[in-house]
Amino acid sequence: MELNVLWFILVGVLFTGFFFLEGFDYGVGMLLPFIGKNDVERRIVINTIGPFWDGNEVWMITAGGALFAAFPHVYATMFSGFYMALFLMLVALILRGVAIEFRSKDESSEWRSTWDWMIFIGSTLPALLWGVAVTNLIQGIPINSKMQYAGTFFDLLSPYTLVGGIAFLLVFLFHGALFLTLRVEGELIERSRKAAVKIGLVAAVVFLSLVGLTYTNTDLFKSALASSALWGAVAVFVAGYVLLWLKRFGWAFAMSGLAIAFTTIAFFSGLFPRIMVSSINPAWSLTIHNAASSAYTLKIMSFAALALVPIVLAYQGWTYWVFRKRVTAKELEY
Amino acid sequence: MEEVLLARWQFAITTVYHFLFVPLTLGLSVLVAVMETMYVRTGNETYKTMTKFWGKLFLVNFIMGVVTGIVQEFHFGMNWAEYSRFMGDIFGAPLALEALSAFFLESTFLGLWIFGWDRLSKKMHAACIWLVAFGSNLSAFWILVANSFMQSPVGYALRNGRAEMTDFIQVITNPYVWGQFPHTVLGGLVTAGVFVTAISAYYLLKKRHLPVFKPSIKIGLACMLVSTLLVMGTGHLQAQFLAVKQPMKMAAMEALWESADPAPFAIAVVVDEKNKKNSFEIGVPGALSFLAYDKFSGEIKGINELQAAAEKKYGPGNYTPNITQSFWTFRIMVLSGLWMMFVAALGAFFFYKKQLEENPFILKLLLWSLPFPYIANSTGWILTEGGRQPWIVVGLQKVSEGVSTNVTSTEIWISMIGFTVLYGVLAAVAVYLVRKFIIIGPLDEKPVLSVLTKKKEATLWN
Repeated sequence: MELNVLWFILVGVLFTGFFFLEGFDYGVGMLLPFIGKNDVERRIVINTIGPFWDGNEVWMITAGGALFAAFPHVYATMFSGFYMALFLMLVALILRGVAIEFRSKDESSEWRSTWDWMIFIGSTLPALLWGVAVTNLIQGIPINSKMQYAGTFFDLLSPYTLVGGIAFLLVFLFHGALFLTLRVEGELIERSRKAAVKIGLVAAVVFLSLVGLTYTNTDLFKSALASSALWGAVAVFVAGYVLLWLKRFGWAFAMSGLAIAFTTIAFFSGLFPRIMVSSINPAWSLTIHNAASSAYTLKIMSFAALALVPIVLAYQGWTYWVFRKRVTAKELEY
Repeated sequence: MEEVLLARWQFAITTVYHFLFVPLTLGLSVLVAVMETMYVRTGNETYKTMTKFWGKLFLVNFIMGVVTGIVQEFHFGMNWAEYSRFMGDIFGAPLALEALSAFFLESTFLGLWIFGWDRLSKKMHAACIWLVAFGSNLSAFWILVANSFMQSPVGYALRNGRAEMTDFIQVITNPYVWGQFPHTVLGGLVTAGVFVTAISAYYLLKKRHLPVFKPSIKIGLACMLVSTLLVMGTGHLQAQFLAVKQPMKMAAMEALWESADPAPFAIAVVVDEKNKKNSFEIGVPGALSFLAYDKFSGEIKGINELQAAAEKKYGPGNYTPNITQSFWTFRIMVLSGLWMMFVAALGAFFFYKKQLEENPFILKLLLWSLPFPYIANSTGWILTEGGRQPWIVVGLQKVSEGVSTNVTSTEIWISMIGFTVLYGVLAAVAVYLVRKFIIIGPLDEKPVLSVLTKKKEATLWN
């Protein structure tokens, strides 16, 4: 296989892993003030993602690093083009990271509720922005002949991309609520279930609008793989909702995760071989060829990635095994 | 070019801020791992208390390094897009490798360490913090590989309008990185040594928790003494390497305008950057040649000669970094290092004589040495990066060519003010927490329990 294609797939895998894992982290973070009704419950909710969230965030950092290494022009155009959006995202991620770490380190209730809201904001904003970003990539943004983004922050906001943002946010919320049903105990399970039932319905409607708008606004459906993945995402999402009704939470969570994975695969295969679509002139799109690193660098990085990614998967998987038990009030050591 | 200046300021603010936390992470992870290993080996609960206490401070510091690290990664693309296009083929690889091999490791095993006290065997738990320490220091290696290329490019060819990697092995065995990496890691150990020593000195002064802080100060002092010596040694080798590889940085940090053989080592100067000379200067004759070549002769090239040579090679322009800044940051760094070495030796001497506890003067000296590693770390990096000016990649790309062309100064202003305010608030919060934990001391988890019982009022939604 051509290495440019391999790296396109690897970046896709990294984003899939990132959205799957951080999807429930963001979801849990957004649900925190609503599901956790007192301090103990909030600490339980936070501890469900406590051992994982930082490792999960590294998927995003690695995806960014992989873009930089394999497709530097994409990294440069995207990060300078999405400047203000990324600034907001960084502020959110900074607040979220320190909030998770700091909130239990002081006893005053003002302190804790302030940081809890920071976790909420720090989870909501990135979830929304990632949806806006992904839909922008495929809808196309004004990229000129010199690979430069020629628009402003507000050019990134259109009805389609806003629906994309809200759809991501809601699907992550659903995913997070289902994650909670697996990780908490007692009354909290019921509360998470109810939240998932409500959110799931809204998420389904918005997600279907996203699919519809994707059909009218992009050329994603020209790719057989992309369209089947997107319809697959709809199907597993519905299956997840049905399984939720049947209280098969584990399976429902697997389905919401699959829906996220299929959606990511759909957008990536819809883009292929482009990575960023130019709305000015299709020929100015950034592709796996005109935006890529040299064959030598791609080769070196391929060896490294193929050696390291399985190891990472193994020890991250092991972490979930170690913390497989539900979080209970008795064991809140942190 | 207002954008260039703003982008530089923003990068400087974020980097210096980021690097307030990173060295402590590098060093303290090792010391906490040592403490926990001692606990596992001896079964002595004191070492567990130490591990938990220092571990708590470590975590506050660690998270600050993590969140500002994300800003660092994004900054290259946001503010320095043209640099990223030009250098991505080389620079992206170590960054991606850093994430793959180091960030995953440290973040995953830190999660296991924080939450795994009751779920993992003692040995497994100690292994987790060792892996965190290994991951952190490995990440330092990768980012320094990237930085070293910018200082002294190797293993590349200029093709397709950019620098392309031709030899990965050369890039990671760049002699520059093998000067920088040990110096940085040891700088981390110095920081951690001073941190542990200073805070332990505080407790010894207050005569609180002596069973915990007597062994702590022993570890702190030992670490401080050994690592200050070694950091000086590696720094010296690095400077000798600079004399050959980055003569302009060398000349700048010595404010040596005219080539000299033998060259004097200036102790203090007043730089007249406009007229390209020092209006005042005192120095030791021949000492710079000795430092650079281990003998009292040998030419050190001066700024004016190097500037002329650069103009000949690269065309007209200013190839001279800020001399005053280079000169004084170097001296502040070295003096801070010497001071730390001195107090470490003093502390170790009194500790050895078993008189340290009764000597409040020495304890205060140790306590008030806390700012020095931070001063040395910051000035060291300001020297390294400032001394590279006007180049972003020495000889290949200038800073002014690396900046994003489509980002406006308004956008940079907004993000710079936003980040700076946020950094300020978070620094205050982090200091507040560390101070609070120090005042509380290494108690067991009891305050948390009291919180569990009385928490109705924390509710917002019922």
